[in-house]
Amino acid sequence: MSDDLARLQTETEAALAAASDPRALDAVRVATLGKSGALTALLKALGGFPPDERKERGAAVNRLKATLEAAIEARRVELDAAALEARLAAERMDVSLPPRPFPPAGAENGAIHPIARTIEELTAIFGAMGFSVAEGPDIEGDWYNFSALNIPDHHPARQDHDTFYVPAGPDGKRPVLRTHTSPVQIRTMLSQEPPVRVIVPGRTYRADHDATHSPMFHQVEGLLIDKGITLGHLKGCLIDFLRAFFDIRDLPVRFRSSYFPFTEPSMEVDIGWNRKTGELGKGGDWLEILGSGMVHPKVLANCGIDPREWQGFAFGMGIERITMLKHGIPDLRPFYESDVRWLKHYGTSPLSPASLAEGV
Amino acid sequence: MKFPVSWLKRHLETDAGLEQILETLNAIGLEVEGVEDRGAALAPFRIAHVVEAEQHPNADRLRALKVDDGSGTLLSVVCGAPNARAGMKGVLGRPGAYVPGSGITLKVGEIRGVKSEGMMCSSRELGLGDDHDGIINLPEDAPVGVSYAAWAGLDDPIIEISVTPNRGDALSVRGVARDLAAAGLGTLRPFAPEPVKAVYPSPLKWAVEDLEGCPWVLGRAVRGVKNGPSPQWLQDKLTAIGLRPINALVDVTNWFTYDLGRPLHVFDRAKVKGDTLTIRRGREGESFTALNGKDVAVTPEDLVIADAEAVESLAGIMGGEHSGSELDTTEVFIEAAIFDPVRIALSGRRHDLRSDARSRFERGVDQALPPAALEAATAMIIELCGGEASEVVSAGAEPKWRRTAHLRFERIAGLGGSPITADEAVEGLERLGFSIAARDTAGVTVNVPSWRNDVAGQGPLAQSPALPADKAAKAAEGCAATEPECDLLEEVLRLRGLDAVPPVSLPVPSPVPLPSLTARQSRTVLARRVLAARGMLDCVSFGFLDSRTAALFGETPAALRLENPIASDLDQMRPTPLASLALAAARNIARGYPDVALAEIGGAYGDITPEGQKSVAAGIRTGFTPRHWSEPARAVDAMDAKGDALAVLAALGVPMAALTVTMDAPGFYHPGRSGVIKQGPKTVLATFGELHPALRAKLDLPGPAVGFEVFLDQIPDPKKRKKAVPDLPAFQPLKRDFAFLVDAGVPAENLVRAARGAERNLIVDVALFDRYAGDRLPEGKVSLALEVTLQPREASLTDAEIEAVGSKIVAAVAKATGAVLRG
Repeated sequence: MSDDLARLQTETEAALAAASDPRALDAVRVATLGKSGALTALLKALGGFPPDERKERGAAVNRLKATLEAAIEARRVELDAAALEARLAAERMDVSLPPRPFPPAGAENGAIHPIARTIEELTAIFGAMGFSVAEGPDIEGDWYNFSALNIPDHHPARQDHDTFYVPAGPDGKRPVLRTHTSPVQIRTMLSQEPPVRVIVPGRTYRADHDATHSPMFHQVEGLLIDKGITLGHLKGCLIDFLRAFFDIRDLPVRFRSSYFPFTEPSMEVDIGWNRKTGELGKGGDWLEILGSGMVHPKVLANCGIDPREWQGFAFGMGIERITMLKHGIPDLRPFYESDVRWLKHYGTSPLSPASLAEGV
Repeated sequence: MKFPVSWLKRHLETDAGLEQILETLNAIGLEVEGVEDRGAALAPFRIAHVVEAEQHPNADRLRALKVDDGSGTLLSVVCGAPNARAGMKGVLGRPGAYVPGSGITLKVGEIRGVKSEGMMCSSRELGLGDDHDGIINLPEDAPVGVSYAAWAGLDDPIIEISVTPNRGDALSVRGVARDLAAAGLGTLRPFAPEPVKAVYPSPLKWAVEDLEGCPWVLGRAVRGVKNGPSPQWLQDKLTAIGLRPINALVDVTNWFTYDLGRPLHVFDRAKVKGDTLTIRRGREGESFTALNGKDVAVTPEDLVIADAEAVESLAGIMGGEHSGSELDTTEVFIEAAIFDPVRIALSGRRHDLRSDARSRFERGVDQALPPAALEAATAMIIELCGGEASEVVSAGAEPKWRRTAHLRFERIAGLGGSPITADEAVEGLERLGFSIAARDTAGVTVNVPSWRNDVAGQGPLAQSPALPADKAAKAAEGCAATEPECDLLEEVLRLRGLDAVPPVSLPVPSPVPLPSLTARQSRTVLARRVLAARGMLDCVSFGFLDSRTAALFGETPAALRLENPIASDLDQMRPTPLASLALAAARNIARGYPDVALAEIGGAYGDITPEGQKSVAAGIRTGFTPRHWSEPARAVDAMDAKGDALAVLAALGVPMAALTVTMDAPGFYHPGRSGVIKQGPKTVLATFGELHPALRAKLDLPGPAVGFEVFLDQIPDPKKRKKAVPDLPAFQPLKRDFAFLVDAGVPAENLVRAARGAERNLIVDVALFDRYAGDRLPEGKVSLALEVTLQPREASLTDAEIEAVGSKIVAAVAKATGAVLRG
């Protein structure tokens, strides 16, 4: 590098180091790269060099230009960081002070999400039938989500599940985001001796996203293991629940034979409604609302329960679905968008939690 | 699966109407997905003869017709179609008929002075196509007065059912017919194809290298065939179920796939190299072009069919382009095989190939059917394409499918809750093809038919490795004893319909229900309510978000990144619900709602273990408090967030006096305006604070924004014990104020704590009620004012005693914080 270029670099770097605020930095920038800046002048002067020298000189000047631009930018970042640091230090407050005695707004402005509300209602109704609430993790082992539930690796039902996976853990198996709440059946049967009577409301995930499917949604699972429990009890339990939840004493309920790997016999359950108006309980149309069945002997055996001694039923339904039906909510997607207008419209008051005494 | 009713009736002799068929299908587990019944809409339309066609007296473009609809009287019909002419036959709608293509209901009218008693329809008006150039012109021999739909074959409703994964046998029209017959809807017609005479030795033979993958395969050639389009009836049936007719040889295989659930493959003999078709595992580097045009690189886990040179098909899933039948095919070789369902399922998934063959093989096909199916297919090929058949060649042997299952009649009521009698149960099973091996008063043992792979199938258990060996063995034994019985019970119940099982309300273990939530679960519900009662809107957001946003809020380990996210902005399990709320707040602000208060109680994901997935109550507030005459609006600040966090903790029973606040909050908070709430030195219960300005800039949160997290799992379980007797002294409490001058860096909390501890017997409360920092104070000092409540217990306090407590307080505060009492 020729001396004049080296000198310019040294001088500029010194000026940058001395520049302690954005204004000073800008002055350095203008003095170097501005219209009448030192480096700009060198560029302009290139024309005066003989052609054979010009090429080499031009490259050197441009290299210097890039170097200086980078140095200026680096200093700008430093200064910005320092300014932010100073601001943050200046803004420091004593966070040990007691907060104000009242929040900025009161209960009349707050609301409970419809999904949480429905879960409270489910809990109240099934609670009256002797069910308690069980929970399990969202990120679940393959065995809990599938194999233990009689869904082996090759089972066609696995394809219906559109499973999300996370990278394999130390055991070489890929954990899944649970595709249903059913793995909590397994966790419950492994952690307690029968009789079992639980419901499992919770988040579930499937790789599906359109107007009627969300990649995350909620299910509630039911599991009852006892002696002498029959399909008749399953039907009674579901009819009692559906009529209480929708508050329609004579809600028509239809049961159709079906198949799930983890129950046998299995059945799907429809309720009566009017397809055109959406009104429940009347109209002669049927709407599928949940799946259920008697717990499969394999599922019991996988959890160490002898199906000769114990039997029972399980069911599962979509929480969003029954919430939409109950309240006439037309669209699924806003449930997860946290739009304050929607939340205020469909949310319920925190001061009236679900209670059978007050009516769900 | 789709089928027209006419196809069903090839196998089912029945008088049942459409409604009854649909109802029964639904009840027995073959759920009806839809019915396409073009005939129903066309019921009022009949074939009519145009006897006269005259120019309309008052309209150039109209004609006045006299039409015979077979009723005996000629009808007057005004018609605008250019092709209307005397002598033609067309389709007439009478008044009252609803015209499906145009959405109107016909009525008697008068058009420019001429009476019109009906309408001659175009194809479009009947919803049968786009043709609207003129009215439908039927052939001369169309019978007048007959329903047009019936004559045209349109009154053949097409039923679509969804078949559950266990019912491979119901992926066939015959299987559906068998189920309907068993449910009492008619009689299953016999199926016993006549053997086709073999006139020459087969030019190809089978070699099976993997007998587990393919236990049995049959084949047979037909030579001298002339391929071409299928007859109309076959094309119509295939079109009705959504298949495209290709040519007779291909159509025959599709026919049997749907008719019997028996996928077949037809090789063009001329394109097969050598004299042997080998069924073996694929080899590294081998590939073939499937019928769908896709190149498939096979693996050693796939079962393939290969000739002397190359792979010709992925067994049981998809044939190859190379050896398929085409119009110039003259000799074919028909394959009818049994494949291992598991290998087919895994191969199909590996190569993402879906086909009618795969969906049947992976569910399991009729284990005994190949010989009969091969005869039927040979006969049909010869019927449609001519030619003569070779001898049948085979490899492997019929699989050992014969097995029995036992049903104790007591279980019908004991597990099924059903009143079905033993006789009814047995009869139903027999109609389904089960035969009785033995029966006594207590139960029946039946032979399972070859097509019911789902009954008494005995797949392996997947028992928890954590079970004690004896418990596991006993449970496995119980399963082996009861599973086939459950299979049979399911059959027995579904044939009658589950609506027939009387519902029984659950007996409850206790007349007054016990709590259904544990103490911890109740806390979650309470936390949600507390936050909503503080004016926050409870949210539910996805557990995953984009990894870059997630990284702003904490660790984003690769172990929590989805391998198959549905969108790139939903790829990382979130480190805290606060991240989701920050995004939600920004969306609301962008929508014109700058002042929001959002809360969510949901998962924060630290690792894949159940313990690594925490329940966190988080909240965010942005913007300003409401404008009101009584009080000016102000920006939300860290104290609002702290108030939220403390409110949750207080409601959840955390002893508040023991909490401390430290300033080591996570980096997404403003370092000088955030805190960590701890119980003891280590247990972090909550964080709160203003969001970091850099974070706000990145997330488009222009105004003030504060947030908090309460770690619900960290809160110790509430102790269930009775409250102590309340402290209700007889003497009035008295309050004294103290103002201290202290270094600005000293946390106010330290003064409060010191004052509280100065005289525990007397001091019941200390509240900080004023903080002043300003010009009148020395540089770096603030004034903090405390209100101390003293509660005398034995007697009223004397001035001297009060003075003494005051001195103790001042001394204690000075000692702890260096503060001095302001003069």
